[in-house]
Amino acid sequence: MANRDLLSHSFRIAWKDVVELYRNKFGLVLLIVMPIFMMGMVGFIYPSNTNSGNNLPVGVVNLDGGNSNSTLASQAFISVLQQINTKTSMFKLTTLSSESALKDSIQRGDLEGGIIIPSNFSASLLSGKQGTVTIMTDTSNPQVSATIQTLLSAVFNEMSTGMAQQKVMALDPTIGSNGAIAIVQPLKVVTQGIVPGSSNYFEFVAPGIMAMTVMMSVMTGLPGAISQEKEVGTMDGMMVAPISRLSIILGKTLAQTARGLLQGVILMILAVTLFGVTIQGNILLVFGLMLLGVFSFVGLGIVLTSITSDQQTATMLMTTIMFPMMFLSGVFFPIQQMPWYMQDVSRMLPLSYATDALRKVVVLGAGIPDIATDLTILISFGIVMTAIAVPVFRRAMTR
Amino acid sequence: MSKTTLVAPVTVQGRGEMIRVEHLKKKFGDFEAVGDISFVVNKAEVFGLLGPNGAGKSTILRILSTLARPTDGTASIGGYDVVKQDNEVRRLVGIVSEKMIMYDRLTAKENLWFFGSLFDIPADTLNQRIDELLELVQLTKWKNSLVGTFSTGMRQRMNVVRALLNMPQVLFLDEPTLGLDPQSSVEIREFVKKLNRDTGTTIIVTTHTMVDADMLCDRIGIIDHGKVVALDTSSNLKRLISGTNNMVLKVDVPNLSPALVEGVRALGNVKSVSQEDSTHLKIIASGDDAFDSIIDAVRKYGGKIASMENVQPTLEDVFLHLTGHEVRDSADQKIPLERHRGFMGGARRIR
Repeated sequence: MANRDLLSHSFRIAWKDVVELYRNKFGLVLLIVMPIFMMGMVGFIYPSNTNSGNNLPVGVVNLDGGNSNSTLASQAFISVLQQINTKTSMFKLTTLSSESALKDSIQRGDLEGGIIIPSNFSASLLSGKQGTVTIMTDTSNPQVSATIQTLLSAVFNEMSTGMAQQKVMALDPTIGSNGAIAIVQPLKVVTQGIVPGSSNYFEFVAPGIMAMTVMMSVMTGLPGAISQEKEVGTMDGMMVAPISRLSIILGKTLAQTARGLLQGVILMILAVTLFGVTIQGNILLVFGLMLLGVFSFVGLGIVLTSITSDQQTATMLMTTIMFPMMFLSGVFFPIQQMPWYMQDVSRMLPLSYATDALRKVVVLGAGIPDIATDLTILISFGIVMTAIAVPVFRRAMTR
Repeated sequence: MSKTTLVAPVTVQGRGEMIRVEHLKKKFGDFEAVGDISFVVNKAEVFGLLGPNGAGKSTILRILSTLARPTDGTASIGGYDVVKQDNEVRRLVGIVSEKMIMYDRLTAKENLWFFGSLFDIPADTLNQRIDELLELVQLTKWKNSLVGTFSTGMRQRMNVVRALLNMPQVLFLDEPTLGLDPQSSVEIREFVKKLNRDTGTTIIVTTHTMVDADMLCDRIGIIDHGKVVALDTSSNLKRLISGTNNMVLKVDVPNLSPALVEGVRALGNVKSVSQEDSTHLKIIASGDDAFDSIIDAVRKYGGKIASMENVQPTLEDVFLHLTGHEVRDSADQKIPLERHRGFMGGARRIR
């Protein structure tokens, strides 16, 4: 009986909040636009195939004087580079006359990087020495710089291997091209994931963003919902009713959860339709995890809201906590990349476990037994925080 | 107001004690909002708490309606302790807060339905009661309009009927006429009187307007700085002045000067002086020669007396007499918390 009352009172409070939200058209629009922005931003910034450049403007400076008698080795080098590029269109190649002209162009931002072939290139190769090629990049932009380095190194490596292969074949014609490549590069690496298809950064990030958005929605929504009612005075209207204080918390939470889930669903639809994320696991489990994430957070949200005096402070406090949490919980970067002490901090945040579990379900198709640890931690965190939240809330409201 | 009558769930029997407050104290940090207050309110009585803002009136009401916990002392309503038996108390009381307890984005009916449903009133009973209450305050026409579009007077009427949803035996009214135009104030006062007369509801009303206290209350407790300085019926309180040797004089001096006011105040038989407007002084004085000495003093400072009359003391005079300062002296200290409307929410009305 008492439990039934608790739930029915919470539902009434949640209903009231949802009606208010629904009638606030501007707020409703923002609520829907936010996840679209979020997913759109991340989806387009991190393209699905991260290791391919897309017509990156790169300059080529050929300083090779060569040997007037023979075809310049540098010219052959450039034509092979152009052949590869025509197939992949990774770069937009521009020929420049000098190293300083290349530097100027990079500084002006016309080019993202360049290749410099030194004057002794042909001579070195012909005299049996190594030929040196310099890659110049815009180091103020590490992301592009790294991409160019990776791509060019791969291209040069391939060309270098080809040249070595031909030389080996010239030494011993009987060996054949396959034999030659085995001598030049005895090891070949093939990468294979545990689920079909190639993975990309977006698939890594999408589940984390879903977990984060749902929780952020609750964390920022709660101070608004509770502090505002406290300030306006309507909270008194609920407090003078003979209902359990827990049902007020539950009702507020239910409404916030509905709000968060709406955003979560929008995110999921966008991730699947626009950015080709496939949900490998059970979709109900995905929803269940988002709900559990909310549950684990609510207590914390209530405590923080209760200890602050007004809405503004509550929102500020929440933002202060949300930001580090976003970056420390492995939403954008794998936790394993962090230094050990940061990993320890990360292990104390419920968002880490929600992100981890959601990622396993979405990307790897994990089931409940696979994420049992995450589930246990999230449930315990939620129970402990809610147990703390109810008395703190009661005290704060009857100051 | 309409002719519909309200029926309280429990008929009031006899004129026993309804509210008992004993040595009640409430501190916020170092600030003592309520300092050792005791009083008893009888069944079906209208009891007024009169005092300036910040005197601790609202805090007393919040403690009695379980919205705040006392730091020390006890309070009970209908025999139930407000701390230990809070849910029993909540079923007995209704509070009309200074803040409007309603949601702008819900209609009048939805608001009442929401708050009423928290009291576990059966659906059809609640529906009927909402219709009756809206009829009672003439809001039936706006039943399905958003409360955000209501005028202040309409909102205050909503605020009052919201507190009546659970048919409380005790109703607390915190500054019910604050910020209302005279017409709406009269309506609210008449409504409260009628409610008390028809249903025998015990009512505690806080106010800093003398008219409210004078017209509504059977007994009045005068509160200043968290202490009860006097507690009696309005006429008995006034007798504190007129019953003794004191009289209240209204003097019209067209050429008033600050020096003149101070000169009169300094007279031995003058208890207090307050300036009503640019030409009128209100003086509480005692003794047979009061008239003469006041006239002498006014003339000494070059004042011309246009008229001088012996008037009936008001509650305002009583307050001045008891506390040495006027009610409105400290009435503006509390800055009302403006509702935070947020981004794009500046408009008062909701589209």
